[in-house]
Amino acid sequence: MFKLVKRLTSVVAMFAVLFTFTTETMAAKKSKTLKNTQKKGFVRCGVSQGLPGFSNADAAGNWTGVDVDVCRAVAAAVLGDSSKVKFTPLSAKERFTALTSNEIDILSRNTTWTLSRDADIGLTFVGVNFYDGQGFMVRKNSGISSVNDFKAGVSACTNLGTTTELNMRDFFNSKGIKYEPVTFEKADEVVAAYDAGRCDTYTTDKSGLAAQRIKLSNPDDHMVLPETISKEPLGPVVRQGDSVWEDIVRWSLNTMIEAEEYGVTSANADMMKTSDNPAVKRLVGAEGELGAALGLDNEWSLRIIKQVGNYGESYKRNIADTGILPDRGPNQLWTKGGILYVPPAR
Amino acid sequence: MNFKKLLPQLLTLVVVILVFGFFSYNAQVNMENRGITFGYGFLSQESSFDVQFSLIEYDGSHSYFRAYLVGLLNTILVSVIGIIFATIIGVIVGIARLSNNYLIERTAAIYVEFFRNIPLLLQIFFWYFAALRALPLPEKAEPMFGVFFLTIKGFFVPAFVWNNLDIFIYSVIAAIIAIFFVRIYAKKKQENQGIQTPVLLISIGLLIILPLVSFLLGGVDASIQIPVIEQLSKTSFTYKGGLKLPPELISLALALSLYTATFIAECVRAGVQGVSKGQKEAAASIGLTPNQVLKLVVMPQALRIIIPPTTNQYLNLTKNSSLAAAIAYPDLVLVFAGTALMQTGRAIEIVSITMLTYLTLSITISIFMNWYNKKIAIKEK
Repeated sequence: MFKLVKRLTSVVAMFAVLFTFTTETMAAKKSKTLKNTQKKGFVRCGVSQGLPGFSNADAAGNWTGVDVDVCRAVAAAVLGDSSKVKFTPLSAKERFTALTSNEIDILSRNTTWTLSRDADIGLTFVGVNFYDGQGFMVRKNSGISSVNDFKAGVSACTNLGTTTELNMRDFFNSKGIKYEPVTFEKADEVVAAYDAGRCDTYTTDKSGLAAQRIKLSNPDDHMVLPETISKEPLGPVVRQGDSVWEDIVRWSLNTMIEAEEYGVTSANADMMKTSDNPAVKRLVGAEGELGAALGLDNEWSLRIIKQVGNYGESYKRNIADTGILPDRGPNQLWTKGGILYVPPAR
Repeated sequence: MNFKKLLPQLLTLVVVILVFGFFSYNAQVNMENRGITFGYGFLSQESSFDVQFSLIEYDGSHSYFRAYLVGLLNTILVSVIGIIFATIIGVIVGIARLSNNYLIERTAAIYVEFFRNIPLLLQIFFWYFAALRALPLPEKAEPMFGVFFLTIKGFFVPAFVWNNLDIFIYSVIAAIIAIFFVRIYAKKKQENQGIQTPVLLISIGLLIILPLVSFLLGGVDASIQIPVIEQLSKTSFTYKGGLKLPPELISLALALSLYTATFIAECVRAGVQGVSKGQKEAAASIGLTPNQVLKLVVMPQALRIIIPPTTNQYLNLTKNSSLAAAIAYPDLVLVFAGTALMQTGRAIEIVSITMLTYLTLSITISIFMNWYNKKIAIKEK
């Protein structure tokens, strides 16, 4: 019985492969996730349980942040309306299971891209929307001004189920320091425990430290140490096995970054249709048939820029203007000394 | 066997197999579609994460299996501590509720109604976040008896440094075996001659004398290591030497035992009240002292009523200990079904192991309590 099912599926799969070869442009419409999203009328997006600047809900339940904007961009591209997103707050522990078990279609939750996550557990990372690195926060009056000042017996609070736990071990081991890891499931509990004095230091991605510092009872009494002990490229993730959906999410993000590179903003996007630069015209859908390759109409990228804005606008609105990280650091365009560099949309 | 009787059984069996078959087939297909591999090989891989508190030697260079053991032992530790304290508090409060003293009776009743009607997770949060904040920082801690330090970073107590620890342990085991024989002897003596032996006094004496002999003759030596304050930076301190009980363990054990004790107290009250008044009056009329009435007549009968529901409470406590994840106590759920699951991404494997482990723990407790229950049950002659 089982064998028969297997044989049948392989035959069907072979036909499917043949079929996709013959009608390549039709392939775009064969994405199950895309079809489901269009049928439902909203994009299902997994976000954090509250990380200011990245994904955070206000009192009225409106989500904002650079991670949130990735999902909004996809909604604008696929459904024509950036507000048609259903956000699901997830803990670090729940996030991958929620994605692989089909509860959400995009995971945009300050998630570090690593080999084992990409290859081993049924996920695909589509790009990087924030280059981060792990750091340490300490009390200003502790006299600790560098990671070299830590002594054996130091207790470090952090989040459960993150790359942070592994980096922390690598770091303290390389220094030969015995430390005490105190790991909580929710970020709010980490902050509360560190605030109470349970831990000497709070370690996570530097952007996270900057964002969580605001939640402490006296933010000015704390500071983030200058050293960065790891690479943390954060980006959106999709389920493995739906390459069309993967492409849509990837190029929605790329469009935002490329729009900044070419100076296309939410304000001037419409006027750019008559630009002299063919790259700009392609970006706003006035030239070429790029949308069709993704199974979308040709205005998809224009909608992203008009409704969500380019990457620079998103960064300014969510991270710089809120005082979290006014300096863009590595998250600056490659043309301006940063490392944001995306493949051309053509 | 007749077919009519067997048919419903067979049908149930088929349905169960079909349901299980459907779910495992469904999981298989979905995992294959998403390129997720299945297997328990990861258990021998290096875990590469550390745990703050462990009963066995462990660090990130050990395997995931070792991490599993660390979590399991921590779960057992907090459950055992919780069960012991819940039983002690529960019995005291349960008897207090039967007191003729109005103040004692009311206090016990208020305690029971208060603690059993607040969700356990809230109580854990209260003890950890509210009570913890009130604890002093290490450098400001007032020593208790000069050697115990209760601080926000944990409870630091003196540790023993042993010489010839094995001989000491043998002496304790010898004492326990001796007590066992004394009890058998005392029971026989009572049955044959009707003379009571002070078993409790003899037992305590044995437990003190035999280990003492090991100190004097066996070359056993224990020195005490007192925790000493150590400076980590200008404003942060900790204690070195001695033993450290993490605040997470303390608040979790506290919350679990205070919560479960309320239920045990009610079991105890019900048990004692379940013994008919006539029994006590009859016992008193043949000249037993009130203590003897309680020990020989009331308790043996009350225990039969108390034990089955108390077993449930022990099981609940053990399972409730999985709430540890909320306050960073490294139990099985936090270490294995938390960090290990995240680092490997092997949800199905790890969750199945965790479920099986809790099942085994519960069944073990259950079997033990059933055995004990049978032992004290009325033996009809």
